[in-house]
Amino acid sequence: MARFLAQRLLNYVVLCFIAVFVAFTLASLTFNPLSALLERNPPPPAEVIEAKRAELRLDEPIPERFVGWLADAAHGDFGTTVTGVPITDQLVSRAGVSLRLFIVGTTLGIVVGVAVGVASAIRQYRFLDYAATVFSFVLLSTPVFVLAALLKFGGLHLNEAAGTTVLYFQGEVTPSFQGSAAAELVDRLQHLILPTLAIALGQIALYSRYQRSAMLDVLGSDFLRTAQAKGLTRRKALFTHGLRTALIPMATLFAFGFGLLLTGGVFTERIFGWFGMGDWFVYGVQQQDTNIVAVVTLFAAVLVLISGWLSDVLYAALDPRIRLR
Amino acid sequence: MSTSIDRPGTAPETAAAGSPVEAPAQVATSVSRGRLVVRRFLRNRPAVAGLVVVVLLFAFAYLGPLFSPWAYDELDYSAFLQPPSAEHWFGTTQIGADVFAQTMRGLQKSLVIGVLVGLISTGLAAVVGAAAGYFGGWTDRVLMWVVDLLLVLPAFLVIAILSPSFRGATWLIFVLMLAVFGWMIAARIVRGLTLTLREREFVTAARFMGVPAWRIILRHILPNMSSILIIDATISMGVAILAESGLSFFGFGVQPPDVSLGTLIGAGLDSAQTFPWLFAFSAGFLVVAVLSFNLIGDGLRDAFDAGSRQARKA
Repeated sequence: MARFLAQRLLNYVVLCFIAVFVAFTLASLTFNPLSALLERNPPPPAEVIEAKRAELRLDEPIPERFVGWLADAAHGDFGTTVTGVPITDQLVSRAGVSLRLFIVGTTLGIVVGVAVGVASAIRQYRFLDYAATVFSFVLLSTPVFVLAALLKFGGLHLNEAAGTTVLYFQGEVTPSFQGSAAAELVDRLQHLILPTLAIALGQIALYSRYQRSAMLDVLGSDFLRTAQAKGLTRRKALFTHGLRTALIPMATLFAFGFGLLLTGGVFTERIFGWFGMGDWFVYGVQQQDTNIVAVVTLFAAVLVLISGWLSDVLYAALDPRIRLR
Repeated sequence: MSTSIDRPGTAPETAAAGSPVEAPAQVATSVSRGRLVVRRFLRNRPAVAGLVVVVLLFAFAYLGPLFSPWAYDELDYSAFLQPPSAEHWFGTTQIGADVFAQTMRGLQKSLVIGVLVGLISTGLAAVVGAAAGYFGGWTDRVLMWVVDLLLVLPAFLVIAILSPSFRGATWLIFVLMLAVFGWMIAARIVRGLTLTLREREFVTAARFMGVPAWRIILRHILPNMSSILIIDATISMGVAILAESGLSFFGFGVQPPDVSLGTLIGAGLDSAQTFPWLFAFSAGFLVVAVLSFNLIGDGLRDAFDAGSRQARKA
C-alpha cells in the first residue's frame, strides 16, 4: 500500500509543477502588465516604463522567469504584484480565508450528500427520493453566482424578519470587531453560514446523485442478501457491508470535486466579499498580474494534490484489494 | 405477424407524441432501435418537458425581439431603472436599455454558445478518445496526461487567464476556447469504450481486410457508441452554458457591447435587491435553459439504457 500511495503522491507533485508552469507561461504570454501604466493620462515618462519593465523582468524569456520565480518561491518568496506589493504578505491570510470556506463547505457537502444519497436509495421512488431528485436537478442547473445571490437575498429577508442581523453577507468578519474571543467566534460564524451554503449545496446535489446510484447497485447485490441471511440486521448489513462498498467509487469523485471548488470559490468569495484566493485570482486577471495568477494556481494545484492523495488513502482504506497489495 | 397491416395499437402513441404517423408499411413486430429509443424518451415526462422548453426558449429568443419595440443596444432616455411595464416588458436598466431585448439577445448568445460548444467538444472527445483507445501507446499516455492536468488546472482558470487575448475579438474564439478545454472527461469515457470495441470481431475483420485505421474509427467504432455521444453532447450543452455564463459574469467571456445571460447577471447583481428585474429574468432563463438540457440528457440516458451510468463514473 505504501508503494501505491507514494507513487500517487509523486504523480500529483509532477502534475502540480506542470500546472503552475502552464499557468505561468500562458499568463506571461497573454498579459500585458504595463497596460495600466501605458494608459495613464498624462503618459508617464519612458524611464518609468523601462524601470517597471526591468522590475517585472519582461525582457527575459519566460522559462527563465519561471525558474527564477520558482527558486524564490522555494524560499517562501512569491514575488511582488505589478504594483509592487509582496505577494507573501497576503498569501497566508487569503489562503486561510479560502481554506476555512472550502473545508467547512466540502465537509458539509460530502457528509450531507452521502447521507441524502443513501437515504434516497433506501427509499427509492418514495417521497424523499423524489424530493431529493428534484432538489439536486434544480441545484445542478443553478450556477454558483445565482445561488449565492439568492442566498444573499434570503439572508436579507431573514434579517428583516428577525429584526436584527442574524446572518452577514459581506466579508468574513465584522471590520474592527471589538469583543471577547467567544463573541468573535459567533461573529465569524454568522459570516460563514451563507457562503458555506453556497459552496456546499451544489456538492450535496452532485454527491447525492452519485451516492444514490452507487448505493442502488449495492442494494441489489448478492453479498448484501448473504449478509442478511447469515443473521445481520438490515441496518447493520446496509451500513457495514453496503455503504462501505458504495463509498469506493465516491472516493475518486471527492478529489475531483475538490478540484472544482476553486471555481465555485471564485464566485462565492466575490459575491460575499471574502478576500480569499478566488477573489485574488479575478483581481489578478483583471490587473494582468502573472505572479498572482501563478500563486493562485499553485494553491489550487496543492489543494487537488492533497485531496487527491487523501482520496487515494481513503480508497486504499476502503478497498482491501489495494490495501493488501 | 409479418403482415403489413397497419396496426391500430401503435397509433395512439404516435398521435400523443404529435409526430406524423409512420408509413403504413411498417412491420409491427420488429420495432427498430431508433423508434424504441424515441418511444422510451417520449414516455419520460420530465425529459419531454425539457425538450419542449428548449424549443420554446429558442423560439422565444429569436422571435421575441421581433415583437419588441426596442433593440438590445438601444437606449430609452426617458426611462431609467423603470420596473416592467407595457412599454418595457422586463423594465429598463440604469442607462435606459430595455431588459427584455437584452435578455432575449443574451439568451440567443447563451443558447448558441451552449449548442456549439456541446457539439464541438463531443466531436473532439469522440475523435481523440477513440484514437487514444484504438492506437494505445503514446497517444494514449498523452491524452490521459492532459486529462489529469486539466483536473489540477481547471478549465475556468485557463480560459480566464487567456481572456485578455480575445478581448475585442469575435465571440467564436470564446466558443472554440470553451470546446477545446471541455472534452477531456468525455474523451476518457470514449477511450474506455474503444478499448473494449477494439477487440470485437467486426473490428478485427475490418482490420484484416486492410481498412485504414481512421476509417475503422469513423465507420465501426464511433457509430457503436453513438448513444453515449448523443447523451454527452446534450449534457455538455448545459455544462457549456454554465461555463460561458460564469466566465462572462466576470467579463472574461462574451465582451460588451454584446451580451450573454452571464454578463447580464453580472451587471444586474449589485442592484438586484432593490431592482429585481435586472437580475431575475436573466437568472431565471439561465436556470431554466440549463435544467432543460439536463433533463433531456437524463431522459436520453434512460431511453438508450446505455450503461453510461457506469461509464460516467470513470
